[in-house]
Amino acid sequence: MTTILMQNGVFGLLVGGLYGLGAVGLSLVFGVLTMLNVAHGELIMLGGYVSVWLFVLWGVDPFLSGLVAGPLLFLVGAGLFWMLFRRLIAFREEMKIKNSILIGFGLALVLQTLAITMWEADERAVTPAYAGEVLRLGSVVVPLSRLAALLLAFLVLGGLHLFLTRTRRGTAIRATAEDEHGAALVGIPIGRTFLTAFALGSALAGVAGALVSVSDAISPAIGLHWTLKALIVIVLGGMGNIFGTFLGGLFLGVTESMSGFLLGNAYREVVGLAMFLLVLSVRPQGVFTR
Amino acid sequence: MTLVGRRAAILLAALALLALAALPRLTADRRILTWALLILLYAALAQSWNLLSGFGGQVNLGHAAFFGLGAVITRTLWLNGAPLGLALPAAVGVAAAAGFIVGAPTLRLYGPYFAIGTLAVAEILRITTGNLLPEVSTLPAPLLASYELAPRYYLALGVATLTVATAWFLTRSRFGYGLAAVREDEAVAEASGVRTFPHKLAAFVLSSGLAGATGAVFGFYHVSFYPQFAFSPLWTFDALLITFLGGVGTLWGPILGALFFLPLREVLALQPRLIEVHPLIFGIFFILIVVALPGGFVEAWRGVTHRQRLRESHPA
Repeated sequence: MTTILMQNGVFGLLVGGLYGLGAVGLSLVFGVLTMLNVAHGELIMLGGYVSVWLFVLWGVDPFLSGLVAGPLLFLVGAGLFWMLFRRLIAFREEMKIKNSILIGFGLALVLQTLAITMWEADERAVTPAYAGEVLRLGSVVVPLSRLAALLLAFLVLGGLHLFLTRTRRGTAIRATAEDEHGAALVGIPIGRTFLTAFALGSALAGVAGALVSVSDAISPAIGLHWTLKALIVIVLGGMGNIFGTFLGGLFLGVTESMSGFLLGNAYREVVGLAMFLLVLSVRPQGVFTR
Repeated sequence: MTLVGRRAAILLAALALLALAALPRLTADRRILTWALLILLYAALAQSWNLLSGFGGQVNLGHAAFFGLGAVITRTLWLNGAPLGLALPAAVGVAAAAGFIVGAPTLRLYGPYFAIGTLAVAEILRITTGNLLPEVSTLPAPLLASYELAPRYYLALGVATLTVATAWFLTRSRFGYGLAAVREDEAVAEASGVRTFPHKLAAFVLSSGLAGATGAVFGFYHVSFYPQFAFSPLWTFDALLITFLGGVGTLWGPILGALFFLPLREVLALQPRLIEVHPLIFGIFFILIVVALPGGFVEAWRGVTHRQRLRESHPA
């Protein structure tokens, strides 16, 4: 019994790291631009496909594909911002959020259909030679590739934290998130900062997608699933808080895998969503915020 | 609108209703009747979304949940021998009650949380329905043999008329003005004496009850579907798209939108090379409207007539 619980906990943590990474880009974009891009999961899906194709065509290791998926999705994000989301900046906050949700809703449909027409609706997986290898800790089994993905997710978040706190560009992003007008007054180029933040959020989705492909199947339909995970995690961790987001991801992962074990796998998703609604109505500022 | 314009509009609406009521007597062509039924069904679904989200400004991304509840409950009761006169109202009642239960906590939430909260509710119901009723629901042979389109058509016409009448009530009642005030600025509405929360909740219950009624007609009409399909986010998307095409928060928008959306979708579906991409085209359409023409057809038309009137009253 304890072994099964431990095993479920370990799996939950491993999945949860990906949830955290998947959510942090969305959280960053919301924190800086007050726009909620509900097509974030579709960007994760695109990142996953970058990794799938690099592996299928040239046998590139999925852990290295993140280095391609990140920059590629950075460009995609910059393009989307330039074409669509840029037009919302002048709106007042409420309209900005509402219209960004609407645009994202349409965008999700567009990206999903594009993926279906280009790559068909099949599920695809990346299977490197080491896919089945595990680490044994007593009676608990830890799949190595998932463990590596978790560590990498943590590294990426650490890097993001350093970028946001130690560089001029990062400080500009934080200042803009804090007070748009104040930032403009001290000479921060607001437009470019918005663009950078949005593109960076998309790049994080790309990296997350590449890491997802290590352990999960990629198909055009996975977008909504990841968007919902990201939203749940953000609500748990509090908007715009990197480590809170990561913690929220781990928490969601463990809760899901425990409830999958206790209530049956069919309801693991439902438990996460129900927890989300509960937190929303009781503590909308997030569980892991001060 | 001028007085003559309003009288003409009422006359036109009455004539259209009469023509629609007479349609099954005028033609025996199943294709025409099916078409008209679908347009009415989608117009009703879009209008029911419009009640809360267009007139009240609360973006509900989980509208499919109430449509699905209506469809699955009617279907289950009806196939288990309940008379239709019980199955339909029961479904509407459950959908409206679900609207109350979902709305009471979520409508207190800050803007984006309402939208994503309703999205989460719809996903919970979709997954749970898929778990509880995994089998496809097909009409049994005796029911299939006695299947008639006309009664289904009249039901769709009834529900569509009811939703449009409700929307019409919102454009000219005290309750409707209160709701519009909530949409424009909640704090100001509250400060000027509008009790915002009861307004929003009542609109949510109306909206979800009517979505349930639309779903109920779908459950009675459709020969074979997976129960989970009735909860698909696509229903929400179609309602949003139709409403935005025609004009969000307007009485005629969802009707115009449905008249445009269904024929276009059919044309696209007939092209073998376009059959897969039609959601793509509609998605792009939707984004363009949100970005460039937030008022839809109705707003575009008003813009044209307004400019004309300006030109007439201020000759250059």
